Amino acid sequence: MTTTLETPVERDPEGFFVHPEQWTEAMAPDIARESGIGELTDRHWQVINFMRRAYLENGTAPSIRTLGKASGVPIKELYHLFPKGPAKLAAKIAGIPKPRGCI
Amino acid sequence: MRPRILILGGGTGGTLAANRLRKRCGETAQITVIDRDDRHVYQPGLLFVPFGLADPAKLVRPRRAQLHDGIEFRLAEVERIETADNTVLLSHGETVPYDVLVIASGASLLSGETEGLTGEGWRERMSTFYTLEGATALRDALRAFDHGRLVVNMVDLPVKCPVAPLEFCFLADWHFKQRGIRDRIQIEYVTSLDGAFTKATCNRELSGLLSGKGIDVITEFNTGEVDGAGGRLISWDDREVPFDLLVAIPLHGGAEFVGRSTGLGDELGFVLVDRGTLQATAASNVFAIGDATNVPTSKAGSVAHFEGETLVANIIRYLEGRELKPTFDGHTNCFIETGFHKALLIDFNYETEPLPGWFPEPRLGPLPLLRESRLNHIGKLAFEWIYWHVLLPGRPIPGISAQMRPGGKRLVAATMERSIR
Repeated sequence: MTTTLETPVERDPEGFFVHPEQWTEAMAPDIARESGIGELTDRHWQVINFMRRAYLENGTAPSIRTLGKASGVPIKELYHLFPKGPAKLAAKIAGIPKPRGCI
Repeated sequence: MRPRILILGGGTGGTLAANRLRKRCGETAQITVIDRDDRHVYQPGLLFVPFGLADPAKLVRPRRAQLHDGIEFRLAEVERIETADNTVLLSHGETVPYDVLVIASGASLLSGETEGLTGEGWRERMSTFYTLEGATALRDALRAFDHGRLVVNMVDLPVKCPVAPLEFCFLADWHFKQRGIRDRIQIEYVTSLDGAFTKATCNRELSGLLSGKGIDVITEFNTGEVDGAGGRLISWDDREVPFDLLVAIPLHGGAEFVGRSTGLGDELGFVLVDRGTLQATAASNVFAIGDATNVPTSKAGSVAHFEGETLVANIIRYLEGRELKPTFDGHTNCFIETGFHKALLIDFNYETEPLPGWFPEPRLGPLPLLRESRLNHIGKLAFEWIYWHVLLPGRPIPGISAQMRPGGKRLVAATMERSIR
């Protein structure tokens, strides 16, 4: 599916990017608004940038636990910044595929 | 001089790696296994202990006895690995040099990482079946439990055998029905995932089984705190789930010494390896196998078994100065007990999710995939013998290849769905 964003990009039914390379920083505020986040602060960006870097390095999106340990933002605050599902929401805004637990 | 192959950990992965290497190398390599104790636990059996279906004492055998003649076994704690010097530092100060190192130190339970979990009520109204002690404590707690809310909580992935928490729910349902008190007990499965299972087709099948048995599922619940005295799970976003008896699957991490060794592991202490070759990112003469790695597949004995072939072939290639081959495909194979003498079987890899069909032979089976059957349950019970007599000695299981075979799987569903709704 395509999105309301100006540049058409391919996203899965839940709104996650299928091709992370199609993402640009300028798209992040729009995706955030879709998900009910009004304004992206520096703390949001710290998480978004960490998320993207980790994905590009490892090929998988970090879990909430990894975010809490390594992003520099504690888990409690992550829930304030990205309510309900910080790892999922931050991944969506960062233009990377949905974090998957490995089963 | 004979190359020194040092293996850290004498569990499933370490034992089968040592035995396979010994078979391949004979006297041409010196193989040493180090572990901190001499107790090898048959971990798949732990699930049955709380229900009185397995005797805890019978699940343990000496590690040393599982290793072929000619393999040295040493009892010691590891402090850290110095990959730059090709040495392992033991906690009593001794330095052990190696030419090739295999890290097979598994996954550890980090119960203390969840606030309150090991506090008031631990091993009484809160326990885990992931250790022998915990499973035994749970057996006693279940015997005394005759009404109320039983909550099974998987705090977060990764965990060993991620289907085991679901199997526990199924077996609990069966257990209470046999005792004639199922109507007085509510069973709830609380998970950090957004479904009972991460893969779509399998999630649908398992969700159907759970609801058919009257087991409630609470998803996307990330436990931040456990209040043992008050009988509550509290999530990071302040939701609460009350319980009378809690079966917790605590957070897991790699061995502590991995975290103390520079550049070796990820944030959770799992060894960073190439997912196809099993060679560590940190050094070309370091490999890892089983639960100790960060490969994106299940932490399960079957995975260690399938990895064994790739690991040993690549160690030989490394020693001969040849290029490694990325032959491990993420192959995983699990029986899922569903109670009433039945079980499901799933078979998948990095690319292919668990699908319905037949295993190991297309059409002939005899084991049906992703469908309850008595034969699968018998397979699960037979696996204990296979574990000690085929898997640990490092023999191939007849008819079952290390790489997943797509034949026999109905692939239709996979292309229709990419994610869990």
